[in-house]
This record gives sequence, structure tokens and C-alpha cells, in this order.
Amino acid sequence: MSEHGEQQGHIGHVVPVGVYLAVFIALMFGTALTTGVAYIDLGRWNTVVALAIAVVKMLLVVLFFMHVKYSTGLTRIIIIAGFFWLGIMITLSCADELTRRWEIVPKGWSMIAPHIYHLR
Amino acid sequence: MSEMAAHTPHSHPPGFAHQFETIEQQREAGTLGMWVFLVTEILFFGGMFTSYIIYRALHLQSFIEGSHDLFVKFGATNTAVLICSSLTMAMAIRSAQTGKSKRTIIGYLLVTMLLGATFLFLKLRFEWYADWKEGLIPGVSWIPSAAHTPGVKMFMCFYFFMTGLHALHMVVGLGILTVLVIMTARNRFSSQYYQPLEISGLYWHFVDIVWIFLFPLLYLIGGRYPGS
Amino acid sequence: MSTATVDLREAPIESSVNYLNARYGIKSWLLTLDHKRIGLLYLGTITFMFFVGGTAAVLMRLHLIEPQGALFEPETYNKMFSTHGIIMVFFFLVPSIPATLGNFLIPLMIGARDVAFPKLNLMSWYIFVTGCCFAMYGVISGGVDTGWTFYPPYSSAYSQTHVIAFALGIFIAGFSSILTGLNFVVTIHKMRCPGMTWFRLPLFIWSMYATSLIFVLGTPVIAITLALLAAERLLHVGIFDPAVGGDPLLFQHLFWFYSHPAVYIMILPGMGVISELITAFSRKKIFGYTFVAFSSLAIAVISFIVWGHHMFVTGQSIYAGLVFSVLSFVVAIPSAIKVFNWMATLYRGSISYEAPMLYALGFIGLFTIGGLTGLFLASLATDVHLNGTYFVVAHFHYIMVGGAVMAYLGGIHFWWPKITGRLYPDYWARIAAAIVFIGFNLTFFPQFMLGYLGMPRRYAMYPSEFQVLNVMSSAGASILGIGYLIPLVYLIWSMRYGPVASANPWKAKGLEWTTASPPPTENFAEIPVVNEDAYNYPVAEPRHYPDAPGVARV
Repeated sequence: MSEHGEQQGHIGHVVPVGVYLAVFIALMFGTALTTGVAYIDLGRWNTVVALAIAVVKMLLVVLFFMHVKYSTGLTRIIIIAGFFWLGIMITLSCADELTRRWEIVPKGWSMIAPHIYHLR
Repeated sequence: MSEMAAHTPHSHPPGFAHQFETIEQQREAGTLGMWVFLVTEILFFGGMFTSYIIYRALHLQSFIEGSHDLFVKFGATNTAVLICSSLTMAMAIRSAQTGKSKRTIIGYLLVTMLLGATFLFLKLRFEWYADWKEGLIPGVSWIPSAAHTPGVKMFMCFYFFMTGLHALHMVVGLGILTVLVIMTARNRFSSQYYQPLEISGLYWHFVDIVWIFLFPLLYLIGGRYPGS
Repeated sequence: MSTATVDLREAPIESSVNYLNARYGIKSWLLTLDHKRIGLLYLGTITFMFFVGGTAAVLMRLHLIEPQGALFEPETYNKMFSTHGIIMVFFFLVPSIPATLGNFLIPLMIGARDVAFPKLNLMSWYIFVTGCCFAMYGVISGGVDTGWTFYPPYSSAYSQTHVIAFALGIFIAGFSSILTGLNFVVTIHKMRCPGMTWFRLPLFIWSMYATSLIFVLGTPVIAITLALLAAERLLHVGIFDPAVGGDPLLFQHLFWFYSHPAVYIMILPGMGVISELITAFSRKKIFGYTFVAFSSLAIAVISFIVWGHHMFVTGQSIYAGLVFSVLSFVVAIPSAIKVFNWMATLYRGSISYEAPMLYALGFIGLFTIGGLTGLFLASLATDVHLNGTYFVVAHFHYIMVGGAVMAYLGGIHFWWPKITGRLYPDYWARIAAAIVFIGFNLTFFPQFMLGYLGMPRRYAMYPSEFQVLNVMSSAGASILGIGYLIPLVYLIWSMRYGPVASANPWKAKGLEWTTASPPPTENFAEIPVVNEDAYNYPVAEPRHYPDAPGVARV
């Protein structure tokens, strides 16, 4: 892939215009799809579908517009590290916030201020 | 001064900085630096996203109510506007890379800026201004409403914090693009040296990605179907 | 004092042009792009901040000489400990080794002419100074009384002090850390000279790389957290206010997501310095190079998954508490690996007790005490008793002062000839190292006992049965203060009157010792080529004991 670019004396990988346009159309389609799906009742899956489409759109932008498909392993590791650390923050914060209500309440006792938590 | 002369027998290509050995090394360093910066941005926005996830779980009903106060049409339009601007940004870089004329590059950059400004205009004029008039901005213009559960205020906090932070990044991006237009006009770039364009493009695409997530997370909570 | 009487250790090899005398004038310093000069700019700034924070500490210890408090109103005392904590953590310890020694040494050690982005480097110093100005404005205009942790709702709703000024100062200084970390990551990846492979890097570089990772991955989170806090305080929107459905503990999560790894920002560079000092003064290759290198990275990663141990008693879910407790024990492993490897390096080395080595040996002992007491606090049950007492204060001072500051001073002494081209007075340096060690232990060991007996931290008064231990601690603090003033005096003195140093006064290994002292502006006359491992000291002759009876010596 990269020789193609270098043969013409370019630095880095030259992405064909067609690829950019295809990615662009896919992104626009994704936007329309996200918006459209919101008007269909999928219950809890509405959020999942919306986020799945967002992740796909992000991957398209990262891989093609930001040239990660043609970049070094180091760049990829750095990006993955960023998301991994974000994952750490979300997971361990939720490990507390979402399990706080699990505490066993002895018989005859009651939770203090249970109205703070609206967890289902 | 004699030490300096020792390692500079070759002539310097344009934009080459003294601390590097080769232009290739400089290119790699610049790109790597930008990616590392974007990782810090992921975690900067990540703090907001983490808080959002937790509060959304705690106040889901209120977040749905609050989300229904937002205009999906402007959210979706702005998403499309930003995607267009990402395309033109990518094309600007490609034009520099393939040695197109500086008018082409500047043209793409100006369209990108115009789209960015359109985004900000739509946001300010039709969303934030309306919210301000309706008293939906916590701490600035907030009119308590009987129709709202208390958590709606929390949702609006996050809405303004996250979109505000995003808009701030857009403004910075417009500033960067202005500099790039000037640099291009002064013939700073060629097919052999266009790195400022390339790494600024990374930043611009990143800001686009943030919005790609903000749109469903803020505008589409709980769906928009009848009875949602 | 005339220079003629000074005893010259080495024949002076004064290089004609170096980074200090290449250009003169205030402008040449304020607009410099040279990483070495920027390192010195940081050195001056953080030394100032250190003495501001230190003054607050001395005043606190003076106040606690009497059970009822000797000097201040309780409100003033609250401002003293808050100022001390904020200044020392964010404006001294975090930038201490990375921004001074790191800036100065990373390009020298990897054989580069400068860091990858010199302008960014200078900018990060200006950003740091701006942050310092906000913090100093906060100090002068009346201080802050929230403690360095800024827990809401006290900091957001009730405190009447200058929370915003300090939060803004930390926010701004955070961007300086981010830019420094970014610069170092790119420099270490891309600027190494030919032959300088990853596993030939000095261990200081590995630890700086791990530190930079924490800078890059952690600091943005504290920035956004303090921005949220400032917004909450200014607009009262309720993000951390339980009345509106906010959760004050969320602030603690976000705060400690950065601030626990920040502890390792402070200690990891120290560990890197110690690896350099131990090898140089035992004249031995480090024992288990790869283990020490990877333990730095392991610490950087694990440091991000232990933060909940600060929240065991603040209302965190017990299930999260269990997880965080287990993970906190895990982080002890790479730290212990380092200590064991330093001990093994010392074993049968030809050790000389120069001043930097005294600091290094002090570091190992004090860091071990600080680390082991950390395990007490990582246990859920003991933490219920010890949390919020002087035991915690003593524990983290053993790490941060006994560890990080000792390493910082050791490093400053070790590389002082390289930085200034002058030797410091060895006699005074050893005296100062001993005074610091004694003063430190006298200050903080009694605090372990006080905390175990139940004396809470951050109180302006205490029951009279604690007075003996408190007076011991205060006496130690004054000794420690003198221990810090002595190096300040003789190091400044040596810049003018010290004997001229040779390129390699310690006969140490490492690229920084192959260039002149002080180095020329672009570090090396020619970019070096490396063809040997780090710490390639000549292997000592095996010792023979021909007269020893019977048992073979190992």
C-alpha cells in the first residue's frame, strides 16, 4: 500500500478520493440511521444501537480520515491505551457507584436516605 | 558555535528544526506528539463521560425528560455539518500531500472553517439562545418548572458542560485553521512538508468524534418514539 | 573567599563555550529553548515554592507544640495545612524531579540535542509559573482551608476561602505537566541516538517514561474535575450536591483517579534517580535490569486501579472497597522488586559513601518503611482505625519526603557538577544528608505512634497526653528545616566558588558524563553512538580468602 504513495514522491500514504467519499457517505448514513432508530421502540436496545453506530462511525473516522489504517503500531497502541484508561476510570467508578445499594440491610433496619438513589 | 557547525553540513529543508537528525524523525515526532495529546483529550472528556454515565444510571427518568427538551433536528444537522467539515479537512491535507495548488488547499480549509462556524452558529442561535430564553441553563438562567423532576437540572448541567467544552474545542480549531490558511498563503507547505496541516487535521477529526458520541448520548436518551 | 585557596580535585578542563555562558542576559534565559536552561528555570521556581510550603509546615509544627495550639486560631491552622499540602504536592513534588532533572538529563542521557518540542517545553514553564501565580495569589489574599483534597460539599458550598484561585492554579499547572509528559514520551520514543536501544536506556529514563505516562493519562482528569468543582462553586448547579441528586463521592473518584497515580508521579522519578546513584557508587551493573525497568511501567499501570483505598471510610460501596483493597496490595509487588534489586546491586559492590549515596541509602530505608505502612492502610479493617489519623500523615511523608525529596536531593548533588560545572563542598553535603535523615525520622516516626494512638490529622488542638510525641515531632521538623537550608546555602555558594568539575567527576557510566561539564548548548559535539549496555562498570575481581578455614565463601 505505502509503496504506491512513495512511488509518486509523496510523504505518507495518499488515500484515494474514492475512499474518502465512501467513508463520508457511510458516516452520513450512520447519522441518519441513528436518528431514525431513535423513533422506533426498541426498549433498552435503543441506547445500545445508538452507541454501536457511534463506535462504528468513530472507527471510520479514526481509520481513514485520521489515517490510522496506514499508521505504525505505536500510534495504535497509544490510541488503545487512551481508551483502555478511560475504561479503567468508568469501570472502577461504576464498581462503587452501582454497587452501593447492594449493602445488606439487617432485619428491622432501614437504609438512610434511600431516595437519593433511583437505581432500578 | 563550532559545535553547531559540526553537525550541519547538509542544507536544511523548509520547516526542519535543529534538534532532529532527519526530517523523517521530525515528522514521526510531530505525529506521535499529536496522538499523545489526543489521548489526554480522551481522558479530559472522559472525566465528563464517566460522570455522565453514573448520573444517567442514577437519574435515568430525569435524563430522558431533559433529553426530550433538546432539538433532535439541530443535533442531527450539526452532526452532518461536522462530518462534512471532516471530509473537507481530509481533502485539504490530501491536496497538500499530492502537491495541488495553494488555492485548492486554502479553498478546502475555508470550507472547513465555514462548516465549523455553521455548527457554532446553529448551536448558539437555535439551541443555547432558546434554552436561555426558556430558562433551561442551570446557574445562569434557570426557571424551575413543575413539569420537571429534580434530576432534569442535572441533565442540563451535563448538556451545557459537555457541549460547551466541545464548542470551546471548535473555537480553538477555528483558530488553528486560520493560522493554517495564513501559512498556506505564505507558501509554507509543499508535498514534502505539510505536517502542521496533517496534525491539525487529527485534532479537527477528534473534535468531530467527540460530537459523534455527544449526539446520541445527549439528544437521543430513551429514544424519541411515541410514548418514550 | 578567594578562588586561589580552593583545592582543585581535578585539573580543570573548562570547555570554552557551554550552555551557561553561550549567551548572557535575562532575555537569553526567559526566551531560551535549551532544555538545560529550562530545567534550571524550573529548579528556581520549585525551590521557591518548596520554601513557601516548608514555611507553612514549620509554622504548623510550631503551633502544635502546645495541646491548645501555640500560635494560631484553628481557622488559620486549617489554612496552613491546606497551603502546605497544595503547594508541596502540586507545585513542588509533581514537577520536582521530572521538570528539573528530567528536563536537564533526558536528552543528555539518550544522546539527543534537545527534547522533541523545545518551544512546548518553554511554554510549559510559563504555564507552570502562571499556575504558581494563581496559587500565590490565593496564599497572599487569605489562603484556603479545604485541605489539598478539596472535598465537596465543603469546598463547593461552605468554605469561605479562596478555593477558586487554588483550583485554577492547579488546573493551569496541570497543563504544564501534560505538556512536559507529552514532550518526554515523544523524546524518549523518537530522539534516542544510534545504538541506544530500549534496553540500553538508563533506568532513570524508564522511570521518567512511566512518569510521563501518568502525566499524560491522569492529569487531564484532575483538570476536568477541578473545572467541575469551580463551576459548582460559582454557579451552584448541584453536580456534587446530594440535595439535587449529585454525588460528592464522584468528586473523590475523579480526584483520586489522578491523585493516587500522582503519588507515583512523585516517587517513580525518585526510584529512577536511586537506580543511577546505587550503580554509580557501588560500581556495579544494576541487578535485574529488565525487572527494574518493567516494574516502573507496572507501577504506572497499577497505580491507576487502586485509588478507591482513599475512600474506604467515606461511604464507598464495600464491594468496591474489597476490590480496591486487593488491587492496592498488588502495587506493592513492583515497588518491592525495585528495593530487592537495589539491595542485590549493593551486594558485593565497592560502595563509597559520597553524599548522593547517603541520600540513596536513606531513600531505600525510608521508602521501605513508608511502603510497608501503606499495606496497613490498604487493609480494609486496619484502615477503619487508622484512616484520618497521623498514621496516614506519617506514611505518606515517609514516601514523599523520605522517598521523593531524598531522591531529589541525592540527584541534585549527583548531577550538580554536570549542571553547574562546579563541585559542592563534600564535607557539608555529608553533614546535611545526615541532618536531613535524623530530622526526618524525628519528625515523622512519632507521628506513626500518634496516629496509632488515635490522634486525628488536621486538628489544631489535641489531648495533652500526646504532647511529648508532638514536641518530638516539632523538634525534628526544625532540624529537618536546617537540613534543607544547608544545601541551599552551599550549593548557591559552589556555583561561584566551588572547585571546577571535570566532565565525569564520579567516573560514572552514562552518556551525560561523556560530554563536558557544563555541557555545550547542543549537548554533544557529535551525536554519540552507543554500543554497550547501561551501567557497564568493569566487573570487580572476585575476592579470594586463601587463609579462610573450611567453608567456601559465596
